[in-house]
Amino acid sequence: MAERSFAKEVELLRLTAGEEFRGEGILAVTKALLQSGVAYVAGYQGAPVSHLMDVLADAGEILKELGVHFESSASEATAAATLAASINYPLRGAVTWKSTVGTNVASDALGNLASAGVKGGALIILGEDYGEGSSIMQERTHAFAMKSQLWLLDPKPRLDSIVTAVQQSFELSEASNTPVMLMLRIRACHLHGSFVASDNRRPPFTAADALKAPQRDPSRIILPPYTYEQEREKTEQRWPAAVRFIRENRLNEFIDGPESDLGIVLQGGLYNGVVRALEHLGLADAFGASRLPLYVLNATYPLVEEEFVRFATGKRALLIVEEGQPEHIEQAAHQFLRRADLQTRVLGKGPFPMAGEYTGAVLKEGIRAFVEEHSPRLLNPVTEQPLLPASQLASAVPERPSGLCTGCPERPLFSSLKLLQKEIGPVHVSADIGCHSFASLEPFHLGASILGYGLGSAAASALHSRGDRRPVSIMGDGGFWHNGLTSGIGNAVFNEHDGVTIIVDNGYAAATGGQWVPSSEADAPRRTARLSIADAVRGVGVRWVRSLNTYDMKGTLRILREAMSTREKGPKVIVAQGECQLNRQRRIRPLLDRLRKAGKRVARKHYGVDAETCTGDHSCIRLSGCPSLTVKPNPDPLRRAPVAAVDHDCVGCGVCGEVAHAAILCPSFYHAELVDNPGAIEQFMQGLRRALIGFLQRRTQRKRALAW
Amino acid sequence: MVAGEPSPRVFKLAIAALGGQGGGVLTQWLLNAAEASEFIAQATSVPGVAQRTGATLYYLEFFPRAAAEEAGGDPVLALMPQPGDVDLVVASELMEAGRAMQRGLVTRDRTTLVASTHRVFTIGEKSALGDGLADSDSVLQVARATAKRLVALDMEALAREHRSVISSVVLGALAGAGALPFAAEACEQAIRASGRALERNLAAYEAGRARAEAAAGGDAPVASPNSASLYDPVPVPRNPKAKALMERVSKEFPGACADLLGIGVHRLVDYQNHRYAGLYLDRLRSILELDSAARQYTLLLETARGLALWMSYEDTARVADLKTRAARFARVQAEVGAGRGRLMRIVDYLSPRVEEICGSLPAWLGAPLMRWGFTRRIVQAFTGGRKISTDRFWGYLLMRAMARTRVWRLSSLRHREENARIREWLATLVELAPQDYELAVEMAACQQLVKGYGETFERGLSRYRAIDEALPTLRNGSNPASALRELRDAALADEEGRKFEATLDRLCENRPAA
Repeated sequence: MAERSFAKEVELLRLTAGEEFRGEGILAVTKALLQSGVAYVAGYQGAPVSHLMDVLADAGEILKELGVHFESSASEATAAATLAASINYPLRGAVTWKSTVGTNVASDALGNLASAGVKGGALIILGEDYGEGSSIMQERTHAFAMKSQLWLLDPKPRLDSIVTAVQQSFELSEASNTPVMLMLRIRACHLHGSFVASDNRRPPFTAADALKAPQRDPSRIILPPYTYEQEREKTEQRWPAAVRFIRENRLNEFIDGPESDLGIVLQGGLYNGVVRALEHLGLADAFGASRLPLYVLNATYPLVEEEFVRFATGKRALLIVEEGQPEHIEQAAHQFLRRADLQTRVLGKGPFPMAGEYTGAVLKEGIRAFVEEHSPRLLNPVTEQPLLPASQLASAVPERPSGLCTGCPERPLFSSLKLLQKEIGPVHVSADIGCHSFASLEPFHLGASILGYGLGSAAASALHSRGDRRPVSIMGDGGFWHNGLTSGIGNAVFNEHDGVTIIVDNGYAAATGGQWVPSSEADAPRRTARLSIADAVRGVGVRWVRSLNTYDMKGTLRILREAMSTREKGPKVIVAQGECQLNRQRRIRPLLDRLRKAGKRVARKHYGVDAETCTGDHSCIRLSGCPSLTVKPNPDPLRRAPVAAVDHDCVGCGVCGEVAHAAILCPSFYHAELVDNPGAIEQFMQGLRRALIGFLQRRTQRKRALAW
Repeated sequence: MVAGEPSPRVFKLAIAALGGQGGGVLTQWLLNAAEASEFIAQATSVPGVAQRTGATLYYLEFFPRAAAEEAGGDPVLALMPQPGDVDLVVASELMEAGRAMQRGLVTRDRTTLVASTHRVFTIGEKSALGDGLADSDSVLQVARATAKRLVALDMEALAREHRSVISSVVLGALAGAGALPFAAEACEQAIRASGRALERNLAAYEAGRARAEAAAGGDAPVASPNSASLYDPVPVPRNPKAKALMERVSKEFPGACADLLGIGVHRLVDYQNHRYAGLYLDRLRSILELDSAARQYTLLLETARGLALWMSYEDTARVADLKTRAARFARVQAEVGAGRGRLMRIVDYLSPRVEEICGSLPAWLGAPLMRWGFTRRIVQAFTGGRKISTDRFWGYLLMRAMARTRVWRLSSLRHREENARIREWLATLVELAPQDYELAVEMAACQQLVKGYGETFERGLSRYRAIDEALPTLRNGSNPASALRELRDAALADEEGRKFEATLDRLCENRPAA
């Protein structure tokens, strides 16, 4: 069960020829896959392509009707290896993941797949996580295409262009026996737009057909002498075939403009931004008619040398609009023009910055600089509204980093770790990818490095020295099953590490939207789940394994202390359990509502802070950081600091009370237990208590009043 | 159409929101409304990790379908806003409006800014050791100066009032502000079509619409969340002793200080008794003698405020007293929304340390217990986290018993310690004031460092002591008052005391050899 349900949207996947599809980019890609007669789809979730996996997971019925096989792969490497089905059989297959991190994981399989070549169309849909909103290191996928000879499409960010690109990718892949990568930027994945649908196609050839008549072609094996032959095949046959296909099918677009002595070469994905920038400079209209000729590279690898030379001929200067670094396309352009002995100037990085996203402002500035240098008469005198100087607000607007959700089970774990450090001094914390990465931000400030998904434990490998304070590694359940079991835990056992690894077991791949993992507790349809992390860890030879409930901070602290001090040799593994609160609330809220409506007794807790005793130091917030634990004006006219307060989103997880106890903070916390539909005896007792206590309260109240 | 000619305009809308506020739902409603109104509509977002409580931005563009058909082509719609080129910016929280302005999305020539005035405090603001809240007023001021039109209202309050989500109110506010290129009915229709929690969402929508319509003329007055109303006068006393105290306040002290001193007296009568409140006034007399109307009694006011707080230090008796009051029960009931047909139980989290337990005992007993290891260990047995059901009989009686220890409060170990600190503090003020009035005021304000419980209290006290010790050195500097203010701010900068230590080292660098 993913965070967002697409149960309604998947109906869009049934649209037939001529009907208008209106929806999100990633859903359009899914529809395009079905229209292309895809036989199997696999992948690993991660923004911005998580929704593709979620849509497919919710589309089980439609996929079954069409005979399409779908699986949530264990990792991107698994997903890439899945494409092996297209090496020997005419099966169209598609896989997806977040790039470049996922491509890094997949690159072993991808390299071998690219060498062997494919018979059926093999498509890799990549969410290029670059620029604003990205959660990974800033790199390009382009280099993977170049090193393995995979083709890379970067279509215009319009749904019809993206859908066409999916269909063309399969054709290109089959025409050149090479897997094709289709890259979509973050905003394109989340783009709402429309296109005219076609009918879905059942795959003409299926896995069943393949298994009935297994094929084997020795020349597709990655062993010498075939690998040498495969390299020759890549350069002598597949590459030229791809260039031919791109040229003949006009994957790249030429848009004419009257100012024919200049030209702009751009990645397809940047098309809308470039047109808008030109419009702002008075060089294009809202429909994309441009004064400067444009060469739109919907296929960014391989480049078509002949097209480049044709476009450059007769021009004084070209501007290459290529996001990220290194500037592979710009370098190639120089090479092409040199070979053709053209004197056209090539500019790219220069007018544009080497690093960073090409936002609207960057595009406009870059193009303006280019035009100003080569044809200043084209630019209107600048009459721009002076923008508000940011400095006026710089100090007033505080940063708002991402953080753990209200009631998150990981919060008490990190609070405990903070308290542990108060006891034993600072420890080296090796962080990992997942929601728990946020522990490296305010208010926890835990984590010295993040090396990759599931690599938290591995990243502490060199930091073991007997007798000193042990390093602590964090790993999520997602990362654990992805590779951490072997790369981290198995490795630590084998090499007799002494460190502590905490595996955060929240039951979901929570950061990517709550997808199932093998240790998910709830019933996962069409998956085998409920596998025990502790058993798996013992299975690879760990002797010291403890499971704990993160909400029990006292117990957590005790186990952390023990892990840091035990004489037991070998890695110490703690399975820190607590269900992802976001998913838990989604699961139990409707359930409780139903019970309440049915007149059943339902109790829930709500936490609070007594404003009269809170002195406004906010230690509780620094130790917890729950979004629901906030501040409000101090009701005491004598005090100045705002007091802590719990807002209405409190889910009653109890961490703030636990923190107050474990850290011996202050007596201001309380919880109120609210009981709906209480029983008769309960009500009677409550009435009695209220009467007695009320009597006493009124008495003291009178006395107090008399004193004033 | 040829480039350069005026083309039909694309309508551009940016939504600045927080992850988890339902920006996706709002975007979908707007898309549906636009498409139903014959617009070509595009929307994008970058949810990603920002979904988890971070700042996030949704961006929409609309283009009239008829104009596109007339031109015979599809408009090229952008995926992100250009600074200076946005028609409508919606911010579902005040600082996000500030962030949108920082990004240059709001401009005088064309941008309507529809903003909620409520605050969701950031972790940085909440984590401060004192008051770390950002200045809402300055953001509103800049908004008024920057936007073509500002429509500001508390959308969160409306959402809560109608038990709906903020996105419903935001959509209503957009419709009410009249800043969309299509009719308000289309927005309402979009909510209706979505079906879920219909009644509440529509009510919230309607409330947002009406309020925005009213606010669209001139923006409604906005209460700043930072400023509490200061110094409401205390109730008129009836008890003769209390009356006498209040008379002393009005006779012996300047009128400008009466309200504050009245609060102090009222607080201390409530805390202990009339004599104790009398002591408060006696102590302030010595400060009054050093102050003057010309100085607006700054020192007296600051001392009166600090002294009232210090003399009503939060000991076990005080905490138990406040927690057992009927008014407190009622407040909790209101806060957690316990109503008819619902039972409520209050559980308090106490975790006394040896210091608290011994401190609340009479000094003759508490001091020896604290002194020796073996006696401390005995007391230790009574420490640790306790959950007390204050609204159950035994829990209540226990708390009440703790509250009653105030009868011997003035001879308790804690009181002995606090009283000594107070006297020392006052003596310092009396000594400083004639020589360096500003410095005395700053020193008076240092009382705010000594607050809280447990570790917080120890930390504050140790920094207060360090400041006290640094005073002679500071007085040799060029501007002791500003140095002391800097040091005090540094003491509240971070928990670990990094900034405080660094500041202390810097300011006391030229410390003369003692």
